[in-house]
Amino acid sequence: MSDVLSIRDLNISFATDHGAVKAVTGLSISVGRGEVLAIVGESGSGKTVTAKAILGLLPETATSSGSISLRNRDGSSANDIVRVDKSKLRTIRGKDVAMVFQEPSTALNPVFKIGWQIIEGLRAHDPRLNIKAARTKAIEILDKVGLPEPEIRVDYYPHQLSGGQKQRVVIAMALVQNPGLIVADEPTTALDVTVQAEILDLLRRCRDEFGASIVLITHNMGVVADLADRVAVMYRGEVVEETDVHSLFHNPVHEYTKKLLAAVPRIGAWVDATNERTAPGDSLASEQAPVVQASNLRIAYPGRMGRPGFVAVDGVDLSIQPGEVVGLVGESGSGKTTIGRAIAGLTKVSGGSLKVLGEEMNGMKERNFKKFRSQIGFVFQDPASSFNPLLTIEQCVAEPLWIHRKELGEGAIRAKVRELLESVQLPHSYGERFPHELSGGQRQRASLARSLALDPQLLIADEPTSALDVSVQARVLELFAELQAELKFAALFISHDLAVVDILSDRIGVLYRGKLVEEGTGAEVLGDPRDPYTRRLLASLPVPDPETQKERRGALAQLRAAELLAQPA
Amino acid sequence: MIWSPHTPTISIGITFVSTLLIDAPSAAKKPETRPKRTRDGSGLRRYLIIRLLLIVPTIFILTTLVFMLMRVTGDPITAALGGRLTADQLQERIHAAGFDRPIIVQYFEYIGQIFTGNFGTTLSDNRPVLEVLTTYGAATLELAFYALVIAFIIGIPFGMLAAYFRDKAPDAFLRVVAILFYATPVFFAGMVLKLIFSVWLKWLPVSGRGTTTTELEMQLLKGKTGIYLIDALRIGDGAILADVLAHALLPGLALGLLTAGIFLRLVRTNVIGTLSMDYVDAARSRGVKEFRLVRVHAYRPALIPIITVIGMQIALLLGGAVLTESTFEWKGLGYQLTQYLQARDFVAVQGIVVLLAVIVAVTNFIVDVVAALIDPRVRY
Repeated sequence: MSDVLSIRDLNISFATDHGAVKAVTGLSISVGRGEVLAIVGESGSGKTVTAKAILGLLPETATSSGSISLRNRDGSSANDIVRVDKSKLRTIRGKDVAMVFQEPSTALNPVFKIGWQIIEGLRAHDPRLNIKAARTKAIEILDKVGLPEPEIRVDYYPHQLSGGQKQRVVIAMALVQNPGLIVADEPTTALDVTVQAEILDLLRRCRDEFGASIVLITHNMGVVADLADRVAVMYRGEVVEETDVHSLFHNPVHEYTKKLLAAVPRIGAWVDATNERTAPGDSLASEQAPVVQASNLRIAYPGRMGRPGFVAVDGVDLSIQPGEVVGLVGESGSGKTTIGRAIAGLTKVSGGSLKVLGEEMNGMKERNFKKFRSQIGFVFQDPASSFNPLLTIEQCVAEPLWIHRKELGEGAIRAKVRELLESVQLPHSYGERFPHELSGGQRQRASLARSLALDPQLLIADEPTSALDVSVQARVLELFAELQAELKFAALFISHDLAVVDILSDRIGVLYRGKLVEEGTGAEVLGDPRDPYTRRLLASLPVPDPETQKERRGALAQLRAAELLAQPA
Repeated sequence: MIWSPHTPTISIGITFVSTLLIDAPSAAKKPETRPKRTRDGSGLRRYLIIRLLLIVPTIFILTTLVFMLMRVTGDPITAALGGRLTADQLQERIHAAGFDRPIIVQYFEYIGQIFTGNFGTTLSDNRPVLEVLTTYGAATLELAFYALVIAFIIGIPFGMLAAYFRDKAPDAFLRVVAILFYATPVFFAGMVLKLIFSVWLKWLPVSGRGTTTTELEMQLLKGKTGIYLIDALRIGDGAILADVLAHALLPGLALGLLTAGIFLRLVRTNVIGTLSMDYVDAARSRGVKEFRLVRVHAYRPALIPIITVIGMQIALLLGGAVLTESTFEWKGLGYQLTQYLQARDFVAVQGIVVLLAVIVAVTNFIVDVVAALIDPRVRY
């Protein structure tokens, strides 16, 4: 049978200042008609480079050899992307192969209407197509991808749509020319779990209804289990294992695949581990005053120039006992980061009460809060941007000590920094390196060391692992758990990932649109969710097992239908 | 060569102050993290009205600043005539002009006068300041217009071209040219242009805004605007129009090339920035042609920061015009400003500087409007 895509012995290398760097070596894969091939791997494994190569989107510094044979929709002709000239490539792009990008908000040009952007693609291939016909086609495809009121929204600018709607538009752009192959590069990574489930459904329809083959690039094993027919595992530029999706999850062959699967956090897998930890409400915790006590907390961001403000957090009650880890989950815009920032004194409280270390934060003056700052550590989401690029790791970690414990003197501070780096398992020679010379995981460990420099009573970790690969994430989470057990600091762990929160937290709070909809122990919240949002959140989370995921998909569909019925018309 | 080092500085200062008050949009704007709620046009209207109202305090503060700075150095009469008259005579004149009253009284009087459109009378040649402003302001405006046209025609397309050929020979060449353009002092560039085109080749006139005949025709025209290009068109005489344009070419080039160099670099940098965005790759993956990616997909979003800088550049153009006007004896505000500065005519200088401040504040407002029209995120 004729494969839509057939890559043979593909090698890609990039010219850099330090000579050629190989990104992909000897890659051979093929995708059949109506098939979803997932390419999984961690950052730097070459999966995105492969995806871009299929569309000939590699930068000029890249050199490639081998062949990428791409058939058109009806199979009447095939082109080798590695060898075709620029003008031929342009006629292939969009027509025979289309791409769906990771971040829908950057994949759409912010200054053009979405309809305009779809029409432009149509007219690039058929300049004689009149605008009216093209517009009809655009509305039609927007309707097909499930964008509500397409005849109105065709004239919307990207910022007027939500993240999920934007991704639907991106997929509509890919589908509009009816290509035989869609390359989807991490199509759901930037989306919330509940939206992710919807987009995965849409991609499934791309295959089933539109008959398109899909190359799905992802690092998320749950997404693989949900959508893929076959899987290629990439490691350091090579395919180390290629098999059907069932064998991959049940009988992984290669060592790396096994390691990758083992590192995936699964809900409930850590229940035993969490049960071992001191349960909240035991004698140690209840005798002491809570570290954080929020009651009816309200945080609003002022609007610009007399416009109404945005209420990010509305009436939240939350407490953190000494030595307790509280996990806060919610989707983007739910207010979870705002709460973390308010506790650290980085955002103003606008109503209710928030007591941190016994001090009322509502109306707190920055000057009075300064002395409490040393008691609060903060780990930021993106380790790449939370370090000053001009300071060495040692200087960064030492900075809080120089500010709050200057009296220790240089010798003691240096010793303390060395100790800290050791505790996060970074060789102390790394202290002299600059942030960009460390990997993402190493940087995040250094960030953890920095946040612990002053032996804080409270640590706020805002999505500390969401920028990291799964295997690296597992290491950082492990380290976090170890350090917490040893140093007994209280922690607020903020994440969008239920499974990650589940691993670490004594108690979990679920935020939805600024309100705390559910709170309790991991077993309570994840085992027996009562709030409909929590239920939908849990049901939306794809699990790394194709059979279970198939069942769950059905359950989610039922849940959605039930919710729809429950809504007043 | 008459040259005052102060004027460009004043102009930069004005831009700075007005930027503080009416903060320049987009350039410093944080990336949108949350999609804004859909709003109807009333959002934009409200935004523009607030920006418009902010012009008033801007001008007010700038006027105050100019007045106070002028008075700190003493009274205008002593400054203009000190040493030439006896102390008694000076005192008499100071008293007659009211400069011996408390500064605050003079200040309120001045503000009151400005509101009624009375900028006072120049000390050195006894002309109403308002008349000076309208006559010479038109000339400066015309020069700035020519310069802007040249800057846009050269700076923007070549900036895009440089971005398209990033780090290749054409880009390297254009960047060197751009540096030459904006690193050459405008009076020097002016003199070189004059030397080549006027003295050696004798193609173009050396200085002025027109030949004596043209100037005469202009004076005789009823309801003249002071902008020769418009007036020449109204006279409808091809020879006069050609003469006006011939005179405008060199000063326009001298000032315009400087600005073109800046625009070129600005467009290049911003377009290169937007070219690396996903949406350009996304458009490429839909089969859009390479140059269209630069011209449409990268350029339009890049325009938002560009517009902001262009607005400030227009303010600098007015300051830079002082040198160009002096070099080409182009009788505009800048040329006149240097004359009045030499004569220590503070009333005239004050009037001119306030006018420049107003122009900058209004320009800033227009820039905001244009930026809002380009960026749908502001518009909705």
